Amino acid sequence: MNNIAELQEIARKCRVHIVNMVHRAQAGHPGGSLSEIDLLVGLYKTALRIRPEQPDWDDRDRFVLSKGHASPGMYAILAEMGFISVEDLSSYRVLGGVCQGHVDMKWCPGVDFSAGSLGMGLSFGMGSAIAGRLSKSERQVYVMLGDGEIQEGSVWEAAMAAAHHELGNLNVILDRNRIQNDDFCEAQMRMFDIPAKWKAFGWNVKEIDGHNMEEVVGGLNFLKTTTNGPSILIAHTVKGQGVSFMADNPAFHGAAPNDEQYAQAMAELGEAIA
Amino acid sequence: MTNTAATRDGYGQALLELAVNPRVVVLEADLGKSTKSLHFRKEHPERTVSCGIGEQNMLLVGAGLAASGYIPFASTFAIFTERAFEQMRNGIARPNLAVHVCGSHGGTHTGTDGSSAQSIEDLAIYRTLPNVIVMHPSDIVSTKVLTMQLAESNSPSYTRTARNKTPVLYEGREDEIKIGKGVVLKEGHDVAIVACGVMVSQALDAAEALAAKGVSAAVVDMHTLKPLDGALIDRLVSTCGALVTAEDHNVIGGLGGAVAEHVTANVYAPLERVGVQDRFGESGQADEMLDVMQISSPYIVDAAMRAIARKA
Repeated sequence: MNNIAELQEIARKCRVHIVNMVHRAQAGHPGGSLSEIDLLVGLYKTALRIRPEQPDWDDRDRFVLSKGHASPGMYAILAEMGFISVEDLSSYRVLGGVCQGHVDMKWCPGVDFSAGSLGMGLSFGMGSAIAGRLSKSERQVYVMLGDGEIQEGSVWEAAMAAAHHELGNLNVILDRNRIQNDDFCEAQMRMFDIPAKWKAFGWNVKEIDGHNMEEVVGGLNFLKTTTNGPSILIAHTVKGQGVSFMADNPAFHGAAPNDEQYAQAMAELGEAIA
Repeated sequence: MTNTAATRDGYGQALLELAVNPRVVVLEADLGKSTKSLHFRKEHPERTVSCGIGEQNMLLVGAGLAASGYIPFASTFAIFTERAFEQMRNGIARPNLAVHVCGSHGGTHTGTDGSSAQSIEDLAIYRTLPNVIVMHPSDIVSTKVLTMQLAESNSPSYTRTARNKTPVLYEGREDEIKIGKGVVLKEGHDVAIVACGVMVSQALDAAEALAAKGVSAAVVDMHTLKPLDGALIDRLVSTCGALVTAEDHNVIGGLGGAVAEHVTANVYAPLERVGVQDRFGESGQADEMLDVMQISSPYIVDAAMRAIARKA
């Protein structure tokens, strides 16, 4: 079992990878990658039953990054887990690279679903969960949704259906970073009481601070051990967390830092640059 | 008197026979009674997933099942599959997951529900997606055989079936039916009529009428629009020198479009396309609709004469 300090250090390294990738590509989505990364580190290090040396192991737990544009975060943890190499991260958004702009199961080992179009991952996760049930497997399915993403109506088709089928092996992690592409969610489309909405759809609901690693680990344990229907962990996060000028700043949903900003980010993340 | 039956019943029969394979799973969106997946549900409720009236979710539940080693068959009305086009594009075709989508009640032939239910563009839109097999079988027997072959395929697919009955053409001829291979139902040397779905029997009627005029027309059941049987088209061009396509679908992008794309890039022959002339339908009986949309057999005869007149 990893201790909290170790997890935090892995998350710091992942943040460095994220900023490196987006700076190198001069494109991509740093904000949502930085908000989700503590959750991904907790998930991969303490929850997922996976085999990095055998990415297509039939009975692995599934993880679907439905907010597939936040791919730098996923590539970072896949590299730290050994699914891909740290060198592979240089291929982000580069022709022929395993790190496609949005996560793609055809290109990158360890990616279970080709996302990038919002509102699709939960339905895919539901199919994966039904497959687990039909196979009489104990495997769990985790789907990460963005908060802006749940404005897609198809998310609620899936939410209703998953509860109807009492899929206790289906789990959502909601990255509640309060910012979407154009602006704050509150300005684009108010979502009112998000926990109440999921409860009303028949889901088990827990809220945590998505940057408090102890709460993250506890929340993931809640997902795994709650089996009387689907469960959602609503993780309150800060978009761009870890880099001061990106934090809570809609401008860095989908923008790369310039060289000066890059140097500042690396300094803030405690990483020496050449 | 020719036997008639609805192709959607062929789909239902195929699912029942496929059930011996424990990996086959059926997905429904509250239209199992209509698409005929209900028989599978009755026998195998544990492998039938109700997705409610939610087509977008249904298609991607299929993707999740396919990615975990299952063989999902999802059905609803042809028109409602279109609502989930982007799910089909991004979540099924792009990762090449073998989800099999069946759209029943396709075309204007579906009748009195009117234009909201008459998909005239489904074949075209799915044909634009890489990796996707697109089929529109003509009778109950071929629908059953082709659906069963899909279970052995590693590609996603879209199959249009029809609500209303059409003549049974393939009783005892099951061995002639293969995905991607057109069937020559009648040989001829003056013109070739290439048809799909409910229009195949109209094409056979047209060939008889043409014979009475001294015109020898070949008739082909092109049940698979993608991958198109280009070798067969080339042979028809060389033996007949003129082509007619016939479909209960917009003339844009469907069978006529597919054949036009092929002949312009290969050996050319004049081509007349019988199909819905880029307009919406209305309420009417199936046979009435084929007349109203000007796609019934007399219109195929006229098109054949035009194609022949255009020969160099």
